[in-house]
Amino acid sequence: MKRDYRQDFPLLRENPIVYLDSAATAQRPDVVIEAEMEFYKKYNANPLRGLYSLGIEATDRYEEARECVANFIHAASAKEIIFTRNATESLNLVAYSYGLSHLREGDEIVVSILEHHSNQLPWRMVAEKTGAVVKYLECDRQGHISDVDLQAAFSEKTKLVAVTQVSNVLGIKTPIDKIVALAKKSGAVVVLDAAQSTPHMEVDVQKLDVDFLAFSGHKLMAPMGIGVLYGRKELLSEMPPFLTGGEMIQTVTRDKVVYAELPHKFEAGTVNGAGAWALAAAIRYLQEVGYEHIQKQELLLTTQLMEGLTKLPYVQIQGSPDPKEHCGIVSFTIDGVHPHDVSSILDADGIAVRAGHHCAQPLMQQIDVMSTTRASMYFYNTEEDIEKLLTSVQTIRRRMGYGE
Amino acid sequence: MENNRSFYNEILTDHNLHPMHKHALADANMQLEGVNPSCGDDIILNLKVEDGKIVDGSFTGDGCAISQASADIMLDLIIGREVEEAEKLKESFLHMIKGEATDEEMELLEEAGALADISHMPARVKCAVLGWHTLENMLEGKTEA
Repeated sequence: MKRDYRQDFPLLRENPIVYLDSAATAQRPDVVIEAEMEFYKKYNANPLRGLYSLGIEATDRYEEARECVANFIHAASAKEIIFTRNATESLNLVAYSYGLSHLREGDEIVVSILEHHSNQLPWRMVAEKTGAVVKYLECDRQGHISDVDLQAAFSEKTKLVAVTQVSNVLGIKTPIDKIVALAKKSGAVVVLDAAQSTPHMEVDVQKLDVDFLAFSGHKLMAPMGIGVLYGRKELLSEMPPFLTGGEMIQTVTRDKVVYAELPHKFEAGTVNGAGAWALAAAIRYLQEVGYEHIQKQELLLTTQLMEGLTKLPYVQIQGSPDPKEHCGIVSFTIDGVHPHDVSSILDADGIAVRAGHHCAQPLMQQIDVMSTTRASMYFYNTEEDIEKLLTSVQTIRRRMGYGE
Repeated sequence: MENNRSFYNEILTDHNLHPMHKHALADANMQLEGVNPSCGDDIILNLKVEDGKIVDGSFTGDGCAISQASADIMLDLIIGREVEEAEKLKESFLHMIKGEATDEEMELLEEAGALADISHMPARVKCAVLGWHTLENMLEGKTEA
């Protein structure tokens, strides 16, 4: 029998909303909300500090969560997993710690034009402070990065590559294997933004052979405020701390500080223990649902939505015409109606979608649209959700004063 | 389903699709750009002001229906009025957006009253007030909206 995953999510169970904004943040299942509560009810002490039994319990839960994340992305060691607030903080950690200490004037940083501002602005900051140069890796209007684009972006001066695995606007995957191969040739490190990929596909840092990888817990159903940075051990070991303070040191005297070992060197201050524990619960839930099912359902709904929208001559779908190249994200525009008006009208019909530039303004300029409406799906969405969206979309131009 | 007809009403959609005042103004003596960064709404407001009176006005730009219609309705209201009256209308409009306008103010606002329900849509308030804020900054002599 087909399982109704909506029943696992209190918000979807208790609310008639058609939620199509999972690329912004996913909904949370009971098991995640319960895990967050469980930590505070059963294990609450300050992790990594208390020497009493409860303090050790709290530390154990936190470190178990780290092991769970390491297994999830196939890291060689849990020491390579740093807990942060979100992908943005993870990327900033790499930029401030690695970027500022390793890049020099004249070095080149390759940043794809598909990037979310969070994997773009930190590198522009590094360039400004070090004299390094940002070189954009271009794409065509559908988001495809060609071999010609790749060749144009890389040179022997390339020292760092910042790229996303999946575009948050177009849903398209980047040719990460080719990007890593070119980076290796130039001796550059690769920083992969996996915020939009980890909820939807198996991610293996060793197979991908990337140096750093960042993702947010909240996009894969964990609470807000817990994120992950993976870094290759040999790189993390010699990087300076990002934030300094409590529980990230070995010894502090009046004149000297010895920093803690990995990963704690990068986790200054009291950590989000409950968030990490709930992230582990989210990962276990996600693995139980399985990527196979997630991808099957997303493809089914993406195909249904794109076929429906294609029948409307005044709707333009952004990105590839192939639903397989969307990872559950469909951005579109309606002729003569601003995406913010589209979103307000859909909202009045009980449908939640994102509208705007999706924190990726350079990409919007590249594909020549000011802003779009974005429907993003996850495995808990249903064919009825898409049907409601399509029905509502068909009324929008009339409601905005255009004749049929 | 369709339960927001009252918001995207005929007055609003008509001013959006057929704005009277969306054009250049060759003899304008005041001009200011107003931008709403979260939406990407962008208007340039042009006024011709003589002896404390708004003789003519227009706007150009791009944006959502709410920002465009609101700017057009505003120009309908303020063209031909004293600057002081325009300022009073602006105050009344801002009161309406907060849901605090008096009956007397609502009367002064005429068609702009069609935007009253925006007070229930906090995400779109910035769109509705863009024209009025640009006017406010212009009359206060600011160079940036």
